Amino acid sequence: MITRKQWTTVSEFLIETVIRICGISAIIFVLGIFFFVFREGAGFLFSKWEPIKFFFSTEWYPTSVSNKRYGILAIIAGTASVTVIAMTIAVPFGLGAAIFISEFCTGKLKEILKILIEFLAAIPSVVWGFIGLMVMNPLIIDIFNVPIGLTALNGGIILSLMAIPIIVSIGEDSLKAVPDSYREAAIALGITKWQMVYRVLMPAAKNGLLAAVLLGVGRAVGETMAVLLATGHAVQIPGSPLDSVRTLTATIAAELGEAPVGSDHYQVLFVIGIFLFTITFVINLTAYLIVKGIRVQKGES
Amino acid sequence: MVNSQPKIQVSGLQVSYGKEPALKGLSLDVRDNEILGIIGPAQSGKTTLLKVINRTIDYISSARVTGSVLFEGKNILETKDVHSLRRKIGMVSPLPVGLPLSIYDNVAFAPRAAGIRDRKKLDPLIEQCLQQAALWDEVKDRLDTLGTKLSGGQQQRLTIARALSHEPDVLCLDEFSIAIDPVTTMRIEDVLKELKSKMTIVLVTNLVQQARRLADRTAFVWNGELIELDDTETIFSDAAKDQRTKDYVNGVFG
Amino acid sequence: MFQETPYIRHKLRVEKSAKTVFLLMTVLIIIPLIMIVTYMVYKASPVLSMDFLLTKPTNGMRQGGIWPALLGTLYLVLMSLCIAAPVGVMAAIYLNEYAKDNWLTRTVNLAVINLAGVPSIVHALFGLGAFVIFAGIGRSILAAALTLAVMTLPVIITSTKESLSAVPMSFREACWNVGATKWQTIRGIVLPNSVSGMLTGFILEVSRAAGETAPIMFTGAVFYKAIAEGDVFAYGLLDQCMALSMHLFTISTQVPNVPEALPYGTAVVLLSTVLAVNAISIGLRVYIRSRKKW
Repeated sequence: MITRKQWTTVSEFLIETVIRICGISAIIFVLGIFFFVFREGAGFLFSKWEPIKFFFSTEWYPTSVSNKRYGILAIIAGTASVTVIAMTIAVPFGLGAAIFISEFCTGKLKEILKILIEFLAAIPSVVWGFIGLMVMNPLIIDIFNVPIGLTALNGGIILSLMAIPIIVSIGEDSLKAVPDSYREAAIALGITKWQMVYRVLMPAAKNGLLAAVLLGVGRAVGETMAVLLATGHAVQIPGSPLDSVRTLTATIAAELGEAPVGSDHYQVLFVIGIFLFTITFVINLTAYLIVKGIRVQKGES
Repeated sequence: MVNSQPKIQVSGLQVSYGKEPALKGLSLDVRDNEILGIIGPAQSGKTTLLKVINRTIDYISSARVTGSVLFEGKNILETKDVHSLRRKIGMVSPLPVGLPLSIYDNVAFAPRAAGIRDRKKLDPLIEQCLQQAALWDEVKDRLDTLGTKLSGGQQQRLTIARALSHEPDVLCLDEFSIAIDPVTTMRIEDVLKELKSKMTIVLVTNLVQQARRLADRTAFVWNGELIELDDTETIFSDAAKDQRTKDYVNGVFG
Repeated sequence: MFQETPYIRHKLRVEKSAKTVFLLMTVLIIIPLIMIVTYMVYKASPVLSMDFLLTKPTNGMRQGGIWPALLGTLYLVLMSLCIAAPVGVMAAIYLNEYAKDNWLTRTVNLAVINLAGVPSIVHALFGLGAFVIFAGIGRSILAAALTLAVMTLPVIITSTKESLSAVPMSFREACWNVGATKWQTIRGIVLPNSVSGMLTGFILEVSRAAGETAPIMFTGAVFYKAIAEGDVFAYGLLDQCMALSMHLFTISTQVPNVPEALPYGTAVVLLSTVLAVNAISIGLRVYIRSRKKW
């Protein structure tokens, strides 16, 4: 017969153990993702993988009968082009909206705008892709007088709309984190609000704003369905924003279904997955370190 | 009147938070059924001492504790069963804390955590605790309202009732009057005078005169060290041995 | 004495134009959203009806409704929630209540951020490699739900952690002071007071999981599967299923000659589901703020 006290001790121990295991589950899953993606791609990676050809050849012919070639340079260029276009739009608009919401409006309007931005963030990527395919495509054809509207520009615009909510919400957070005493001190000196934003808040919040932009880039690089639908599947280095492109993510999504399990083609797609994982890992790590740097500066633990 | 063995004996207690020392080898003893007043300026380590006594210092990960604290002869720094220890020591924090539960559940929280669930046992206990804390008459008709909805002074008495609910041997109060009005303060002081017959009370206070009114003996702690511990009358008279004690009780600094 | 100098007038003009530019930027983000949604609803209007929701696609998915996809999404979402919620909540409890400030905690935090940042298609590769192939579950609702659960775990962890840390420290101290154990404190005081915040996290998880396509594409979702109309238990755990997001992808790219209104209708159903779920979570948040207990 165990006493109540022993029972409390035992159950406390059990619960704590379960909680600790779940606590480190995030680490387990991140390692698991790397491990299992690596595991599926390992066969190719260690026997036939030629890094130079892989990264620097534009020839992507995974299903050629006579001479299969796996060069992803053009696909990297595709990802890079849509990301650059997306960021060109999303950074000014995102930061502008963050500043407007954080500094220039109050009360009800602020709440409503934040909710709308949240809605923007909630739209599923496949719906964005659908918008690119059905709404933006004809628009681009009409406006630029081109035969196909499924282009890097189309994907870039869609991606920018997807990245903006991230930039706005994290940017706004980092502006909010600037102590009010800075604002009061600046206003007391008789400068205008815009000068305060430009001279005081932006420098004070610059790390947070940088992290916001980085996470936006991460989102743009990793987005799959939207670019799959909106950029028009052409493996080529784009000469202009009005060329069709193919991104790393879209390549996996489009070809994995047709590649026989265990084939070279299948394994190469997992190698691309490792590459994507590494890129986003570095981006997120950098953003994390930047944000942590801010906390250390402020003396929080 | 004075027992041979002190209730709590603190010796050579050193506590530091990271590199910041909070207590630098403090030694003092608390006798049975006395009110020990502990006075001293802010940041002198008084709250840290209380946190060591009920081992909630464990939850501050940067804290390092050395020395010994004997409670009824056993070193509490080495005890495994901190929860039973805490049930022997009631603790009242500076700011009143009404838990977001009903008044009844607030007081019943500790007994229930200890395994008492029978309403027949709980009801009289809760009435007794609220009576002792001089709150019963004000709340007896609304025991199911939220504890957080009470006024500050009522919440502080609720906190005391909760601290009494596990029938402790020692009641520690940490600057209990900091957030409440003088009238409530006087009522609680009366409560403490009555409780003295049943338990030992450690009263950390920022009000020098409060220690003078209530304490049997008073300790002056400054900068992590015990400057002087003596009968309250001595501390508050010219007989105090240390000049700093005289200066502090006379309001020269602090 | 307080007269404007030309310099001040210039400064105020700059201020005004800066404000206008920022306002325009914000409006330019919002307006297209509203226009596009309106346009989509207009385009979808010919098919939107209860029948559309409750019948299965016919004629090679060129006619009929979306019932199997709707039910499949429901299965996937609920199952992924059942897996992610307990793990996520406990992970948040660990981070907020137990974890000390050491390298392990920092690594966990970093892992949570990373997990949220991993591209959805990489989650798909993981789900395929780990659940479908390695664990041998095969392409199924279970495998897809597991993949979705891993992917949405950070949503639950982050929002739960936030609601836990909103419970004042003094409440915990008060409980510890009367001899309650850590878990008794968490169960008695911390969890009851953060439950609505957690609920917001669950709802957000639902919205995320319902919209995702890539992670389920290779782990359990199929283009077409015939199931009985009106039978809510039509799918088994190890069956493959249709899903709204996948269905939208299929009929807008893979099937030729689909009448325009069908994909628009599917998109509107998916969009309104996700937005409605989000609206609920926002409403809940406002409600929580309005009735704080302390």
